[in-house]
Amino acid sequence: MADRLLSLPSSADAAIRAHGEMTYPHECCGALVGRNGHVTSVVGLPNTTEEGPRRRFLVRPSDYREAERKASELGAELLGFYHSHPDHPARPSQYDLDHAWPTFAYVIVSVTGAKAGDLTVWFLNDDRSSFEEGTLHHAEDSHSDSAQAVHRQA
Amino acid sequence: MPKILIPTPLRPYTDKLDAVDASGATVGELLADLTRKHSGLKAHLYTDQGKLRSFVNIYVNDEDIRYLQHEQTPVQTGDTISIIPSVAGGAPSVTDVVTGLPQLTNDEIKRYSRHLIMPEVGVDGQRKLKAASILCIGAGGLGSPAAMYLAAAGVGRLGIVDFDVVDFSNLQRQILHGTPDVGRSKLASAKDRLQALNPEVHIDTYETALSSENALQLFEPYDVIVDGTDNFPTRYLVNDACVLLGKPNAYGSIFRFEGQASVFGVKDGPCYRCLYPEPPPPGLVPSCAEGGVLGVLPGIIGVIQATEAIKLVLGVGEPLIGRFLIFDALRMKFRELKLRKDPDCPVCGTHPTVTKLIDYEEFCGVRHAATEPATVNHATEITALELKQRLDRGDKLKIIDVREPNEYQINRIAGSILIPLGDVPRRYHELDPNEALIMQCKSGARSGRAADFLRSVGFTNVLNLKGGILDWIDKVDPSQPKY
Repeated sequence: MADRLLSLPSSADAAIRAHGEMTYPHECCGALVGRNGHVTSVVGLPNTTEEGPRRRFLVRPSDYREAERKASELGAELLGFYHSHPDHPARPSQYDLDHAWPTFAYVIVSVTGAKAGDLTVWFLNDDRSSFEEGTLHHAEDSHSDSAQAVHRQA
Repeated sequence: MPKILIPTPLRPYTDKLDAVDASGATVGELLADLTRKHSGLKAHLYTDQGKLRSFVNIYVNDEDIRYLQHEQTPVQTGDTISIIPSVAGGAPSVTDVVTGLPQLTNDEIKRYSRHLIMPEVGVDGQRKLKAASILCIGAGGLGSPAAMYLAAAGVGRLGIVDFDVVDFSNLQRQILHGTPDVGRSKLASAKDRLQALNPEVHIDTYETALSSENALQLFEPYDVIVDGTDNFPTRYLVNDACVLLGKPNAYGSIFRFEGQASVFGVKDGPCYRCLYPEPPPPGLVPSCAEGGVLGVLPGIIGVIQATEAIKLVLGVGEPLIGRFLIFDALRMKFRELKLRKDPDCPVCGTHPTVTKLIDYEEFCGVRHAATEPATVNHATEITALELKQRLDRGDKLKIIDVREPNEYQINRIAGSILIPLGDVPRRYHELDPNEALIMQCKSGARSGRAADFLRSVGFTNVLNLKGGILDWIDKVDPSQPKY
């Protein structure tokens, strides 16, 4: 598969890192909103997992819909989702793979001891066999609707 | 034809369409038609076993089909079916939680095979058991079956607290111990038995009386505490220590034909004090030593405690939290009471007044002979030897045995009169308030209460036989059996 790109403005990058640090030692999660591989906004979403938020996240259908609504309000669409790996590297787990949607960009930020570190992006292969690491392009903020993180408690 | 709304990530498989028509009478048929037309969708919607993936949510007109009839939910023309993603993931967890757990050896796989083939336990569950540590308070009636089943089940670390020695009277129910163990420490006997049952289990023994000074430290390394105590001060102590440490307490108690079980000490669940904020007045509730207990009863209740401990470790099923189970062996009936967390509970409520361990003997109003010097209060007590001397001297003494008739059948002091404690207030008129009375029971507690009562109604010459008939047999008449 061709190398896939995701362009992430530095404010979105910062918002994702801040979200991960805020929820540490729990996982944070949120939606990536934009167009044609360019993220324009990130939308922080509540982690509603019932399996222990230290190692799991879940965006429930109602929040997915809300993120979708938010995206269309901004005249954009959902490009994917981000989540944090507290005290684990920014690489997708088997669980991530098992639950992945195609075409979506999966941004993972590693948070070690409440400090955000590596930030990577991944795309599911068509046959669901693995993730392909994509290339992050750290764009400067150019859009008026620049990154905003909405931190909500479940 | 019903319309299916396609979410963003799946649109590449539907020629970028966000809505697709499909035909069928049920959701299942509709999706089958959809995946026939757009074959790329199948792998993302269904597992290899042909089941809808857990993170795929299907809504019929805004209603999740999980709350309708699943894939059999009927659909009509004009209905809108939406595929809505849940997005899930996490740190390398399935593999990772598991990497924190010990591996099973081939021997262990053989040993636990009946667990491993159950989906609720499986290899990961067995590894959780191996990683788990459970502390049993007491190696007696309840502790015996609980510890044996926990060891057999493969709990990695089992702690036992006890300071007693095996006695013949234990063997009727304390199946950890056998006849050759009489006179040995219960811990040594328990360790041998458990290790024979399962050498894979690591066993820690604590030969000490549980106290406010050592409880927190003893409990700290354990995941679950199994309360097999037989007295109120220790029961409150175990409860409070579990609440303070946030550790689940698999509680059980037994008396005669009746048993109780529950799980206390869990966050958001009630504790023993939510049920009984205050202990009963001392002496009101007889112990098993005084009232007896059916030998098989701790087998049932102790195994319920072990079951709850195992469920808590595995994280499966519905734990006995907020539920109080009462078992009646005579009627062979289980009853269940709902227990609510008391917001005003002094230890687990919203404004707790008990924030550290207290003096539980004082709290329960018991200061036992064990802590008192072994002196005789000559105004109220008499020893077995003194009684023997006075009887030999020909003193005119009336011995009143306040035990139950079935106890009286086992052994007695020659010439004693049986008036069970409960009958004393009704029958004391049969006695002369000025004659010399010796009150006697098994070990001196009940007769002490009877003596107090008689003095309160004007008897002037009442002495309690210190140590009861047990002391009498030890010091004066070893020919009689003890119980």
